[in-house]
Amino acid sequence: MDAKAFVAGLSALGAGMAMIAGLGPGIGEGYCAGQACSAIGRQPEAQSDITRTMILGIAMAESTGIYALVIALILLFANPFVNLF
Amino acid sequence: MGDIAINGPRVLFEIPILGGLPITETMRNAWIVMLFILCLCLFLTSRMEKVPKGKQAIAEKAVQMIDNLVDGTMGPGCRGFSPYIATLLMFSFCGSLASLFFMRPVTGDLNTTLGWALITFVLIIVNNIKYKGVGGYLKGFLQPIFVMAPLNVLSEVATPVSMSFRHFGNIAGGLVITTLLLAALKALSGFVLGFLPVPLLQIGIPGVLSLYFDVFTSAMQAFIFSMLTMSYVGNARSAD
Repeated sequence: MDAKAFVAGLSALGAGMAMIAGLGPGIGEGYCAGQACSAIGRQPEAQSDITRTMILGIAMAESTGIYALVIALILLFANPFVNLF
Repeated sequence: MGDIAINGPRVLFEIPILGGLPITETMRNAWIVMLFILCLCLFLTSRMEKVPKGKQAIAEKAVQMIDNLVDGTMGPGCRGFSPYIATLLMFSFCGSLASLFFMRPVTGDLNTTLGWALITFVLIIVNNIKYKGVGGYLKGFLQPIFVMAPLNVLSEVATPVSMSFRHFGNIAGGLVITTLLLAALKALSGFVLGFLPVPLLQIGIPGVLSLYFDVFTSAMQAFIFSMLTMSYVGNARSAD
């Protein structure tokens, strides 16, 4: 088999598998938003504070997913391995 | 398929100093956005009067909102940061929204966001040293026990990396998905409505997604980036 085609195919597989990391932030952000909803239900007057904190927390939780996205983008569009063969 | 092209920013031309200084699409768009913001500011603040009305009222309201945001997040006495925060908010928002005008978004390039994140990183370090002293700042790395020092250094260095990757990843991911969707819609309308000269399905449907990926994500990321900047710098300023 052509080595380049093999590397490209495995890179595509790797990019897909990297995005499995989307699971974690999804679960975490959903839990965070649910907790924020129940907090607003208990204290509706603190809604703006809770929303602001929630957005910050979600942004922090999202970074692992973004790292996976960056890895996938590198594997797809700036593959460092294709030129090795 | 065939015509799906997802590339980095094109190099427009090179300035022949220092061995060729490439000017990319991102830099051109950034200058266009900066010019737009400058014109907007000049327009909003021209011919100011004692009693604000019309465009002057809009400008004063915007400044007031930023001041309140900075006060609420960083505590009192930090008004000096509000010009920087306002610049970040405005530049990031307009730079991401450039994609609505068929320009490559300025923030869809790691160089832009990494530059902003490095400015914030310098601000964090300078404020830490200013308010805790060099010794106090270095001692903070030994908390809670000295074994944690490498991890603390790593997490300090990871701050600008994660901030820039977050902003870049959101915008670039939206860019990739929009491009793929456009190509898919073109292929689909070729199959279903192949007798028409124009890809009919490309009209309207991308607009709905663009509302999320362009408008919502741009506003969100601009807000998050400046909020994170404020809370990191505010943390550095609070003396423990």
